[in-house]
Amino acid sequence: MSDNVIEAQGLTKRYGGIAAVDGVSFTVGRGEIFGLLGPNGAGKTTTILMMLGLTEVTAGSVSVLGHDPAREPLQVKRVVGYLPDSVGFYDHMTARDNLRYTAALIGIEPADRDKRIAAALDRVGLPDVGEKKVGAFSRGMRQRLGLAEILMKDVSIAILDEPTSGLDPHATHELLETIRSLKHDGVAVLLSSHLLERVQSVCDRVALFNAGRIALLGTVPELARQVLGGGYNVEVEADGEGLGVLFSDIPGVKAVDQAGPSRYRLLADRDVRAQAAAAVVNGGGALRRLSVEEPSLEAIYSRYFDNQALQQQATSQVNNHAA
Amino acid sequence: MQREGSPWRGLSVVYFRELFDHLTSVRMLVLQFLVVLLGGAVVYFAAEQIRNTTAEDPFLFLRLFAPPGQSLLSFVLVLSILVPILAIGLGFDAINGEYNRRTMSRILAQPIYRDALLFGKFLAGLSTIAIALVTLWLLVIGFGLLRLGVPPSGEEIGRLFIFLLVTIAYAGIWLALAVTFSVFFRSTATAALVALGLWLFLALLWPALAQMLGEVISPSDIRFAQLGLPTPDTLAWQQGLSRVSPGTLYGEAVVAMLNPDAQSMTTLLAQFQGRIGAPLPLDQSIMQAWPQMVSLIAGTILLYVIGYVAFQRQEVRA
Ligand SMILES: Nc1ncnc2c1ncn2[C@@H]1O[C@H](COP(=O)(O)OP(=O)(O)OP(=O)(O)O)[C@@H](O)[C@H]1O
Ligand SMILES: [Mg+2]
Repeated sequence: MSDNVIEAQGLTKRYGGIAAVDGVSFTVGRGEIFGLLGPNGAGKTTTILMMLGLTEVTAGSVSVLGHDPAREPLQVKRVVGYLPDSVGFYDHMTARDNLRYTAALIGIEPADRDKRIAAALDRVGLPDVGEKKVGAFSRGMRQRLGLAEILMKDVSIAILDEPTSGLDPHATHELLETIRSLKHDGVAVLLSSHLLERVQSVCDRVALFNAGRIALLGTVPELARQVLGGGYNVEVEADGEGLGVLFSDIPGVKAVDQAGPSRYRLLADRDVRAQAAAAVVNGGGALRRLSVEEPSLEAIYSRYFDNQALQQQATSQVNNHAA
Repeated sequence: MQREGSPWRGLSVVYFRELFDHLTSVRMLVLQFLVVLLGGAVVYFAAEQIRNTTAEDPFLFLRLFAPPGQSLLSFVLVLSILVPILAIGLGFDAINGEYNRRTMSRILAQPIYRDALLFGKFLAGLSTIAIALVTLWLLVIGFGLLRLGVPPSGEEIGRLFIFLLVTIAYAGIWLALAVTFSVFFRSTATAALVALGLWLFLALLWPALAQMLGEVISPSDIRFAQLGLPTPDTLAWQQGLSRVSPGTLYGEAVVAMLNPDAQSMTTLLAQFQGRIGAPLPLDQSIMQAWPQMVSLIAGTILLYVIGYVAFQRQEVRA
């Protein structure tokens, strides 16, 4: 068996002829944190539903730990935890009773149940409200309770659809910590989110959805290279002659900008601080400041969709001329 | 397509939770209160009537449930009206309620089939009604023992027991209808209104409509009319059409069980042959009510299966 826990091949979902997800292929490795990004309606949730067998696949295939969610749903659902966006619970029941019900459905031994529930509630920061009715919970508390359910289930894949929505900054931070600890336990995490900065800080790889297709797929630096033609902004403050030429000779540097009398900005596809420092010293200059700005997902995202909009304008103009 | 694992995995978990929910819900309390109040009043008056008539009657206890003659209100009539309301009240939000609470995808992400969820909910609803009906049944019999001062005969117990089963089957068909509507309509209010509307239509308008339609499809023959007799073909159409309504089926089955000496349509023949007067024995009554009972159960299964198929194919986005 390969090391991939999820493998999607040409996954397609059509609603009455309109493709919501259109030939999507990707893999998620064991213990990997994989992010699904993209504007509203891009097809992230639909992709997730197909992985869980909650909606029928129109074409293509997906396998979760070697099982087909449509043909062997129980095998899949035994090892996958799912946190839907805006998760709901039975309002008239207490948090603990809600989890007890799911625990019974999962088939956790009655002797084990309460212990695991208590541990999970503890881990999501809800240790004291177990006996409260969920009806009195805030949106964020429900979200945490949903996460507790996954922790209780002891899964090897966690699928989280916009887990950060409704969480305060502190809770978001805790959630990311929990996700990292899941990864540490060898759990693969697939999450969709609109908080790009957060996604970047936690995800190993991301897939950028656009209109049902995966437009970009890879690590953030990889995407930066594709979209920004670099992504690393290295700022150098140094005195010396002809430093600009020396900098542009460094492998990986795409462009050099002179921002001031002795300030340079290098656009590179990797971190070139060491080479820049060496260039200054070798050129007989004096290095005063050196800093690097990692490529931001935010920048990649907005640049990609700006380009997309420009292209669309161009094609529509061409079409208008042709008409 | 071969499915792995048992489709009934998790059934008992769903069943017991739903049953507990029903039994402790305010909705159920109100409905049950209504049934006990109305049923109690009707049975009380029936008992008074029985005590005032001195004529020898081998079926005293049956009279308690279905007083002879054109009594306006009987216990059976109260049940035939309230049981559908009870069943619709328990089933109308079975599936769409889970969507609206956004619990459906969370539950179906657990290792159970949809079969277990739907059937567990149906069984829990049916059990709740059965518990209510059995309690009521025992109450009425207990009341009869005290009030009439004679124990029911073995045959009466048998007839009353079958009547109880028929009533549960009658509840089943309405419950299956309500659950199926809860699959088709995303709004619980719509599901409830459509189910209640259909019930009103079938209970109030359909009997008259069936008569008219029967006349249209197969007009009466003047020769029969001159003799003051219904035309057999017309009658058959009218009866067949009116039996589309579960209420009609239930009514016919109950009359057969609780009114051994009643002349139902099927005994018209016996009337011509002059076999009038002697009440039908129990097995004959069962034979007479058999098609109706089977129809009620078949209707329940059919409605349930329609809902089941629709539910299996539904996208679970909430
Ligand atoms: N039942 C449906 N019938 C028709 N179209 C649908 C249906 N469900 C979803 N869609 C369409 O599928 C597309 C993808 O929806 P999806 O929910 O996967 O988007 P998303 O990426 O999760 O968006 P968001 O960020 O808003 O959650 C949307 O254009 C939506 O309109
Ligand atoms: Mg979504």
